[in-house]
Formats: sequence, C-alpha cells, structure tokens
Amino acid sequence: MGALLTPALGTVVWASIAFLVVLFVLKRFAWGPILKALNDREESIAGALNEAEKVRKEMAELAASNESQLQEARAERDRMLREAREIADQMVADAKNKAREAADKEVASAKDAIAIERKAAVAELKAEVGNLSLDIAERLLREKLESTDEQKALVNRLIDESPLN
Amino acid sequence: MAPLFRFFEVVICTVLLLGATSALAQDHAAGDHNHDSGHHSDVHQRDVQEGDHQSHSQSEDHGDQDHHAGHDDHNHDGHEHDGHDEHAHDEEFVAGTFIIHHIADAHDIHLFGDVHIPLPIILYIEGHGLKVFMSSAFEGHGHGDKSYEAEGLAYTMHAEDGTTDGDTPVVAGQITATSGGEAVTVYDFSITKSVFGMLLILALMVWMFLGVAGYYKKNPGQAPKGMANALEPLIIFVRDEIAKPSIGDKADKFMPFLLTVFFFIFFCNLLGLVPFLGGFNITGTIGVTVVLATLVFFLTNLNGNKHYWGHIFWPHGVPLPVKFILVPIEVFSIIMKPAVLMIRLTANISAGHIIILAFTSLIFIFGDGGNAVGAGSGMGVFSTAFMIFMYFLELLVAFLQAFVFTLLAAIYFGDATHDPAHH
Repeated sequence: MGALLTPALGTVVWASIAFLVVLFVLKRFAWGPILKALNDREESIAGALNEAEKVRKEMAELAASNESQLQEARAERDRMLREAREIADQMVADAKNKAREAADKEVASAKDAIAIERKAAVAELKAEVGNLSLDIAERLLREKLESTDEQKALVNRLIDESPLN
Repeated sequence: MAPLFRFFEVVICTVLLLGATSALAQDHAAGDHNHDSGHHSDVHQRDVQEGDHQSHSQSEDHGDQDHHAGHDDHNHDGHEHDGHDEHAHDEEFVAGTFIIHHIADAHDIHLFGDVHIPLPIILYIEGHGLKVFMSSAFEGHGHGDKSYEAEGLAYTMHAEDGTTDGDTPVVAGQITATSGGEAVTVYDFSITKSVFGMLLILALMVWMFLGVAGYYKKNPGQAPKGMANALEPLIIFVRDEIAKPSIGDKADKFMPFLLTVFFFIFFCNLLGLVPFLGGFNITGTIGVTVVLATLVFFLTNLNGNKHYWGHIFWPHGVPLPVKFILVPIEVFSIIMKPAVLMIRLTANISAGHIIILAFTSLIFIFGDGGNAVGAGSGMGVFSTAFMIFMYFLELLVAFLQAFVFTLLAAIYFGDATHDPAHH
C-alpha cells in the first residue's frame, strides 16, 4: 500500500515538468487560437442572425408599405375611372342635349319655312287654280258657247268654297 | 446538473467504499498468508515426499531463504502431474497483493503472461552520479525482489513494502543500491509506467490540439470537421459549463489551465481503461495528482484578491470568539481544498481499477488454483458480466472525475478572484 500513498520523487518531477511544458505550449499555440476562433465564429454567427432578423423586419415593413401603396394606387385608379366615366357621361348628355336643341331648331325653322312655302304655294295654287278654272271655263265657254251667268257664278262659288286656302 | 452530480457522487462513494473494503479484506488475507507460509511449505514438502517426486528439490528448498524463489522451483520441478498450472496450491493466489501490484506504478509495462515492455531507469546516486539503464537489466523472475549489478553498484528493486538489510523502510517498486555493501542514497527519476503513460497522453494532447488550432486558423468561421468537431463540444463544455459559471468575467485567464487539466485527466482515465495495455493507472498515481493539486493551490492563492484573504483571516458577520475557531479552519482549508481534489481523483480512479481487479481475482479464488475449475468458470461468467458493467461505469467515471476536478478547481479560482463589489 505504501507505494500507492507515497508520491514518488521521479513521478512528481516528471509530472511537473511535462505538465507545465504542455500547459505553456498549448496555452500559446492551441488554447489561445482555438478559443479566439470559437469566439469569433460565435460572434459572426450571432451577428449574422441579428442581421437576418433585421433584414426580415425590413422586408416585412417593405411588404407592408408595398401593400399600402398598392391599395392607394388601386383607390386612385378607381377614382380616376369613376371621374372619367362621369365626365364621359356628362359629355354624352351635353352632346345629346345640344343635338336635340339643334334638331329642334332645325325642325322648327323647317316647319316655318314649310308653312311659308305652303302659304305661298297655296296662294300660287289658288291663283293658278283660278286662272285654270277661268281657262277651263273660257274653253268650256268657247266650245259650248251657251254660257250662262248661273254657271259662272256656280264656278266662282265652288272655287271659294274649296279648302285650298 | 446538481442533482445528477450528487447522485454520481453517491454512486462513486459506494464504489470507493466497496473497493476499500475489498482491498482491506485482501490485505488481511495477505497477512494471514504470510503467517501461514511456513506451514504451507511444510505441507507441500510432505506432498512431494508422498508423491515420491524428485526429492532433491527439497534439500534445495531447505537451504533457500527466499520463499518465492523456492515456490517457483516447486512449481516446475515437483508438480509434473499438475502440469502447467502456475497458481497451483503451493503458491497461493493472494488477491490483495495481486491487486495492489497491478494498480501501483511499475518500472515496466506488463502486457500479458511474461511479456513486459521495459522502461528506462534513471537514477541519481549520491557520490556516483547519474545512472541510466533499461528495467530489463534487472534479474529475477516472478514477484520477488529483483537485482542488478553494474559499475560496483548493486541495485535491488523491492517487490513488497518492508525494509532493506540496513533497516531503511522501502515501498514496493522502490530501487535501492549498495556500493561495496554500503547503502547509498538513490534518487529515482525513472520513466515509470505512469510517467510513460503521462508523457504519452501529453504528447497526444499537443498533437491533437495543435492540429485543432491549425484547423481553425485554416478555416476561420467554418463549421468544424474531424478532430476539431470531436473536441469542440468538450472545449465549449469546459468554457460554458465549468469556467464561466464558476469564475465569471475572469474565466478567460484560467481557461488554458482548466482545459489542459480537464483533457489530461479525461484522456489519462480513458487510457487506464484500455485492456491489454498494461493497465495504466496514471490519475490513480498520487505523484501525478499531487502535481495537479499543487498547481491548483498556487493558481488559487497567487490570484487571491483582498476579499478572498479577508474571508479567510477576518470573516465578516461572525462574533469574535467564533473567529478564533473559524480562522484556523479557513487557513487549514487553503491546503485541504486542493488536497481533497488530489485524494478524490486518485481514490476514484484506483477504486475503479480495484473493483475490476477484485472481480478478476474472484475467478482465481473460486477456482482454487485449478482445483475447482467448475467454480472458477462459474465465477468467471459472473465476474465478466459484472466487469462489463463496471467498465461502462468507469467510462462515466473517467469523464465525471475530469469534470469534477476541473469544476472544483474553477470554483476555487472563482472564490479567489470573486469581487463582491461588482454584485
């Protein structure tokens, strides 16, 4: 049992030297770079995650603003369409009114002209019919030579009663 | 973590107690055997006479002062009908000696049977200077003292605890030397089994971690692969689970020590579990753990701040008379804390080896030196099953003890550097 409980001089000396040498070698050439690399990587990963989160938020904001812009544009379009339709309707209505007015005027003036023409025509016709009747009567008279006053009076009365006036 | 940790502490304490009990029991057995050895010898001689085998060996035996050597001779000369059995009942199997022999440090690496890897013996002898030779130079079989003579110096490698001829106490495995019959002082700087294993592990660590550092330099910011991938979780475990919670802001300063100690203990523990490799027991060698504990002691106390020393020499909020009791206890604890680290590690690792060796021993005890092959085989099945279980437990203990040592060291560093003004 003695060998188990007594630290042997040689073991202590070798362990001290070897362990300390390895400790310093590893501290200088292994632990330093390894811990630094791990820290750097962890920081870069944390940074990348933060960055991703930030970008995600920005994207969400961008999408939200896009959506609102789209809504605005849609509303604008609807408004413009409505206005255009209103204007067009207005224009059509105006045009119709104008056309109707113009047509009415035309019709009225045409009626007036027709009435005047008719009057003139009727007057002319009357005169013509008078003349014609006289002609007819003259011819009748010339051919038959047995004109009577009653007949002449009858012709005049008939002409006067005719609805040509 | 804490309840789990406590649970394993209980398990380990149980294992330790079991180990200690069995070791004590075997020591008793060993003592009994020593008392009875003369008697056994007599019985054996009678056996030989009755068997009428080669009586000349007895006369040699009578003249032989060394029982062990005598027994060996008997094995080969007297028991031809027993054939090959080395553990025949004339050399009784003593589990305590067997176990202690296997967990103690040694001057060679015992692979199996008679195959040993010799290791260099480096001695500084007062008046004779430095002597370097291989352990294979020592002559002598079996488990007795071994000797070697060169340049007028007679070396003895002692097999058991006892005294030299000059009544100097020695421990098993110790080398003493005499020059012309006069004892000389020997300082043993040999590369023993544990030193060899330790150097092997340290070299492995340098190779591994320089490789890992190189990998990180070559692949900055990349996901780790290969060795770096295997070791990174452990490095991060030490940093995030051990150092940072225990020490806080000043953790970086202690990281190199904590990492080195953690991996050193862990790998040494694992090497000790590799079968057929000489059964390394590096972290169960007190000479190794005492160095680790001493480093913890110096790192703690050299970094101790005003608050740390104030806590020890003038505890706050304690009545004056109690201070007289508390201060000596606190001063004692400065040394006790690292000492406990040393003892816990050594005892836990040795206990694991003791349990496994004890179950191996049971096979030989039940087998009764080849007289009860059935009982031995039956026990072999049981022992093997239990040893497989123990190996799994030891794998856990290998990690756990590295973790516990590192964690407690980190807590001591934290206590020493903790600044209450910050909180």
